[in-house]
Amino acid sequence: MPFQPVILLTDAFIFLLLIMAGFLVWHVRRHEHLLEAWRQVGQRKVAMSAAVVLLFYVVIGVLDSMHFRPLAENADNKIQYDTKVLSVLDLALTQLREQKEKTYSAPFATHLYSKETIETSKGTQRDYPRLVYGGAHLGEDETVAADVLVTLVKSAALGIALTVLLYLLVYRFSARERWSQRGVGSHRVVWLTLTVLMSSLVALLWLSQNYHVLGTDKVGEDVLYQAIKSIRTGVVIGSLTTLVMLPAAIILGIMAGYFRGWVDDVIQYLYTTLSSVPGVLLIAAAVLMMQVYMSNNQAEFNTVLERSDMRLFFLCLILGITSWTGLCRLLRGETLKLGQLEYVQAAKAFGVSDWRILLRHITPNVMHIVLIVIVLDFSGLVLAEAVLSYINIGVDPSTHSWGNMINSARLELAREPVVWWSLLGAFVFMFILVLAANLLADAVRDAFDPRLKDQS
Amino acid sequence: MMAYLIRRMFYAIPILIGVNLLTFVLFFVVNSADDMARLHLGNKRVTDAAITEWKTERGYDKPLVWNSQASGMDALTDTIFYQKSVKLFAFDFGSSDSGRHIGYDISQRMWPSLALAIPIMIVGLAVNITFSLILAFFRGSPLDFWGVVLCVAMMSISGLFYIIGGQVLLGKLWSLFPISGYDVGSNAAKFLVLPALIGVVSAIGSGSRWYRTLFLEEINKDFVRSARAKGLSEALVLAKHVFRNALIPILTGVVVVLPTLFMGSLLLESFFGIPGLGSYTIDAIQSQDFAIVRAMVFLGAVLYIVGLLLTDISYTLADPRVRLD
Repeated sequence: MPFQPVILLTDAFIFLLLIMAGFLVWHVRRHEHLLEAWRQVGQRKVAMSAAVVLLFYVVIGVLDSMHFRPLAENADNKIQYDTKVLSVLDLALTQLREQKEKTYSAPFATHLYSKETIETSKGTQRDYPRLVYGGAHLGEDETVAADVLVTLVKSAALGIALTVLLYLLVYRFSARERWSQRGVGSHRVVWLTLTVLMSSLVALLWLSQNYHVLGTDKVGEDVLYQAIKSIRTGVVIGSLTTLVMLPAAIILGIMAGYFRGWVDDVIQYLYTTLSSVPGVLLIAAAVLMMQVYMSNNQAEFNTVLERSDMRLFFLCLILGITSWTGLCRLLRGETLKLGQLEYVQAAKAFGVSDWRILLRHITPNVMHIVLIVIVLDFSGLVLAEAVLSYINIGVDPSTHSWGNMINSARLELAREPVVWWSLLGAFVFMFILVLAANLLADAVRDAFDPRLKDQS
Repeated sequence: MMAYLIRRMFYAIPILIGVNLLTFVLFFVVNSADDMARLHLGNKRVTDAAITEWKTERGYDKPLVWNSQASGMDALTDTIFYQKSVKLFAFDFGSSDSGRHIGYDISQRMWPSLALAIPIMIVGLAVNITFSLILAFFRGSPLDFWGVVLCVAMMSISGLFYIIGGQVLLGKLWSLFPISGYDVGSNAAKFLVLPALIGVVSAIGSGSRWYRTLFLEEINKDFVRSARAKGLSEALVLAKHVFRNALIPILTGVVVVLPTLFMGSLLLESFFGIPGLGSYTIDAIQSQDFAIVRAMVFLGAVLYIVGLLLTDISYTLADPRVRLD
């Protein structure tokens, strides 16, 4: 094999999540009442466009989760793999990853950001040295602005062409009428969003062949590359955290609401105690303890990547432990209500066992709350990652994340002249993800919350 | 009511014991004191003598819960659990890992935190209520739509960017305010304006949107409709009927966070160098001072429970339908 697959812990969970999402889609398609609610989401133009953007992020995150070790070049024909672990995304961004400058350079710059002593034919002088890769293809009389403009126009055209191609492909196989029948009433917005995303993707890829679109950082690494690599961290934290807390929250919440009595007392005590500790402090305490554990058991982790991945997973776990209480409380309340309804009482009267009632009659009817909480929590968790990384209790410093980017850029702002592009990169990528998640969450909540449905 | 309050106070005790046990397990059982010492002294080439000395200095050399060498009550009291955890109940926080008296530090740093948190809360409340009332007044119009879009957009920006942006723009480029620092007495005001402003602005998004939904919930109720049917103007309906009824959830939301204002704002204080409890906590986390983190966890839990208690009381005051007994 030309490569050896590597599955990190968080990778495995991401694949698990994908399988579960697939199952959810299959499940929804078979149930008309669920389909109806999703159709309502499909009618919302803003939500659908947000969903397309989110999908883009998720695809990038998943591509970045397929890790492998490439075949190392060696003289004697023994099969040997490189020690460096890459992802499929890394492969696609090889140029971006490898085109390193010496130090800071501004976006679209052709010269370094600081003066250095250069040897020229006229002797040594202090000047801004030429970048190795940034704008290297430009001739003497070509300007950056003109070149960029031409590339932008070209990539917009290519992006539109690609989307049209996709459009034709999709409608070749499923007639337009069927789409509107299925309730996707906002397909125009979807295609428009797709066009914009495609064009900007093409433009970014194209421009980054010749320029550093978001500049380079202190060690000359491309900031755009860092921002794209951070997508996986954001998506993992936003989704895995809720995944790891779900079993506990659902089981305990439903049990408290259904059995009541001492079970309820114990579970209530548990979540009141946990939620009375300020979240940040609990996370800080847990992460500090994790740091102590990891620094004393370094032998357990073979590579830096494995260690940072473990830390990411622990962070999800800790965030999950501090955030399951809210969902648990909501589920308990809803189950208390459901337990009094006639159909549950009837099931009890028929002698249906408690577990069967919980499984067949209660759980499916509280799932809308779970869904709403998952979607609502996502954006908050992505934002929390940045703050936690700033306090140094977030992801490992070697992991690419927006929090780490902001953290390192903070010191560069004090520098003269200001280095602002790392912040800009983190800001733009994070803002788009969180905004899209917030907008989608609103639509999902409106569609699935029966309380809101009655009002409108 | 008095009986109810006293009963609620007793409910708080098992929760505080739970928090206490949780911190004890987290800080002393998951990792031993030796591990902590090694982390502080640097992992490589630490002698056992140095570890023992570090532990003795800070009182971590005692047994965890049972001291078999001591006699009588000392077997229970001369332990880490009693010295470090049980004493928290008497608000005896002991000294930090760097040897400072935590109780004294907290009493000193409380005031800058309050000086920042109280203006943010009051101004923020006024701004959010005004903004959301305007949105509710123009509900369904483009103004409302774009107002909500603005709120969602503002919610989607990390608090870090508000702080960094405000600091660079207002502090560095336009030199309107000092970038960071603090002073005693009334001189502190000029250092507090910028962080307070940023604190207010960064909370507008989520706050206004939430208040708007509260107002809209009231607006559809029967008594509001009959107020309109009486011929009252829309502005009067909004001010007298909708606002006053929506005030109940708003107020209780405020009351529950009142006690935690003491804890200060983590990010604002550390960015602007305000010597409050928020920056105290962050410094402790960054220098891995476990004693302070432990104390703050306990203090935070106490304040949160006090907040819940105050919420219950404020319900009875704000809403005559609620009776506690």
